[in-house]
Amino acid sequence: MSLKAQIFVECHHVGFRREDKTVFSGLNMAIKKGQITAILGPSGTGKTTLLKLFCGQLIAATGEVLIDGQDIAELNRVDLFKLRQRMSLLFQTGALFTDMNVFENVAFALREHTRLPEHMIRDLVLLRLDSVGLRGAADLMPSQLSGGMARRVALARSLALDPELILYDEPFTGQDPISMGVLVNLIRQVHEDLNLTSVLVTHDVKEALSIADQVFILAQGRVIGSGTPEQIKQSDDPLVKQFLYGHVDGPVPFHYPAPNLTEQVLHHD
Amino acid sequence: MINTLAQTGARCLLVCQLIGRSGVFLINILGWGKGFKAPCHRVIKQIHHVGVLSLPIIVVAGIFVGMVLALQGYSILSSYGSQEAIGQMVALSLLREFGPVVTALLFVGRAGSALTAEIGLMKTTEQLSAMEIMGVDPFKRVFSPRLWAGVISLPLLATLFSLLGIFGGAFVAVNLLGVYEGSYWANMQGSVLFFDDVIKGLIKALVFAFVITWIALFHGWNARPTSEGISQATTATVVQGSLAVLGLDFILTAVMLGGF
Amino acid sequence: MHNRSLELGVGAFVIAAMVGLLVLALNVSGLRFQADDDVYYLYARFENLSGLSERAKVSMSGVTIGRVVEIKLDTQDYVAVVKMAVEKGVPLSLDTSASVLTAGLLGEKYIGLSVGADEETLLNGDFIEDTQSSIVLEELIGQFLFSRSNE
Repeated sequence: MSLKAQIFVECHHVGFRREDKTVFSGLNMAIKKGQITAILGPSGTGKTTLLKLFCGQLIAATGEVLIDGQDIAELNRVDLFKLRQRMSLLFQTGALFTDMNVFENVAFALREHTRLPEHMIRDLVLLRLDSVGLRGAADLMPSQLSGGMARRVALARSLALDPELILYDEPFTGQDPISMGVLVNLIRQVHEDLNLTSVLVTHDVKEALSIADQVFILAQGRVIGSGTPEQIKQSDDPLVKQFLYGHVDGPVPFHYPAPNLTEQVLHHD
Repeated sequence: MINTLAQTGARCLLVCQLIGRSGVFLINILGWGKGFKAPCHRVIKQIHHVGVLSLPIIVVAGIFVGMVLALQGYSILSSYGSQEAIGQMVALSLLREFGPVVTALLFVGRAGSALTAEIGLMKTTEQLSAMEIMGVDPFKRVFSPRLWAGVISLPLLATLFSLLGIFGGAFVAVNLLGVYEGSYWANMQGSVLFFDDVIKGLIKALVFAFVITWIALFHGWNARPTSEGISQATTATVVQGSLAVLGLDFILTAVMLGGF
Repeated sequence: MHNRSLELGVGAFVIAAMVGLLVLALNVSGLRFQADDDVYYLYARFENLSGLSERAKVSMSGVTIGRVVEIKLDTQDYVAVVKMAVEKGVPLSLDTSASVLTAGLLGEKYIGLSVGADEETLLNGDFIEDTQSSIVLEELIGQFLFSRSNE
């Protein structure tokens, strides 16, 4: 297998602006097939935006995003939708369809993209739900689920069509330790069982480093550190260190830019 | 001074952009719905949401509007000694104006706001994005069936509204005011024309339905993805929908009466 | 899928509305699905119609037996020519008379027919010869004032 074929997602000098704020400038990244890649970064560094660039929901202003060798900006709507069937994105909130029960949510993609008979859809959905441990919840509505359960259902839904690439947007945010552990295990297990390429975007350093094969750290619109978890832990970059160990002050200042305190407090007129 | 001017200009540009965006939005719905190809069962489900669930309010409002028209009409007509024309008055005002317009206004409040809130919520909770990423076009899956359902439902609701209003008016005129029942119906039949009154009223309802549903869906889709954004979008739907109905009503009436 | 009740509801709604439209058509607007061969056409000349319009009723003894189909001006004699569609089941004698009447003081105009004694009946396309124009309120008032001032 050539080197090219082993890379699933590739970013070349990607630049992106939102209104007057530069989100990315000159971002380079290569995500290898069959690995778990974690993209870490403080809040507000555009991690979710990056995932949307991968899915073609947003288009990079400069540079290019290649998915499996295809430039996503060049695709027409039909080809884009075809490509999207091979990947799936797990949203922060789960994004379950609120007007359908758990079963129908998982069955959604199957019903939309295949013409399988009803009994096969039923079997497939129950298998997927079973793999996330929620077969018993098939008849519940999304509003009856806890946050962790909703994410597991969303995972089952994302897997319904056997994607090759799965993108997780902040999968651990706001979870209690138990569901966090459940999710970490599920992500690893699903990754191995289905031979996926997984990309995690998160700021939960510990969990991410525990399952990732490859790590990118984003800050200030570009990649400031990359490598295996071990390489990252030994990095000397102050920004990487501050982020990994959660120091209060450092390259990312504690204070929002403001005039000198003494001056502002004493000279009020 | 220059500041105000600049602000006005900026606002004009914003409105212009919004109109453009809503136009593109509509083209997307129609283009991707490919005419009437929105799957039937989805349209039926939406007719249930926007049509059947709006029935109670339409039924009650229709009966009461008819009854009030009869009362008011009686007091005016009896001063000319022509109470007999009350059936005609009730029927014509309902079929030509009150039926389509009041139904449309109630529809904005009941179904339009619900549509905006629903779509806004789907956007906020990223359901629309999730759909897109699963390779399903939300224009086809979400918007198109809702547009068709609205366009089908409102004329049907307006028909029922007018009909019930006429019976409500008959009840008041005949049973409470003592107008001879035969002359109520005979006068009505003598003056109401099927194509000029009934069908033209329904055409109005059809146009209103299209515009209201379009506005409602667009505001939901265009809402800022926060709870505040949804509530603002819902308000915008009700205000703009109602104004659009009243404005269009004038234009359509003028065209239909051939005043211009 | 389990949306039977939903479909039933929608079906009932659509049917109710369709029936409603039918009632509006037949009962409220008095639309009749009358083919052309159910009627025959008669003409009548009037000096003054004063407000008679197309689709006005044609009645006999208060029973509606037809409609005004067309109104034209005869440019030779300068009189109005009214074309009426009358139900086939109502034969009218040759000396039937037609007059433009008003329902009530301010009501709508209609054509009232009164039957004659002739054996022969009017055929499709015939003219009713004996006609009486509408009473014009202004003329009536004028006559009244004139006669008063003569006294």
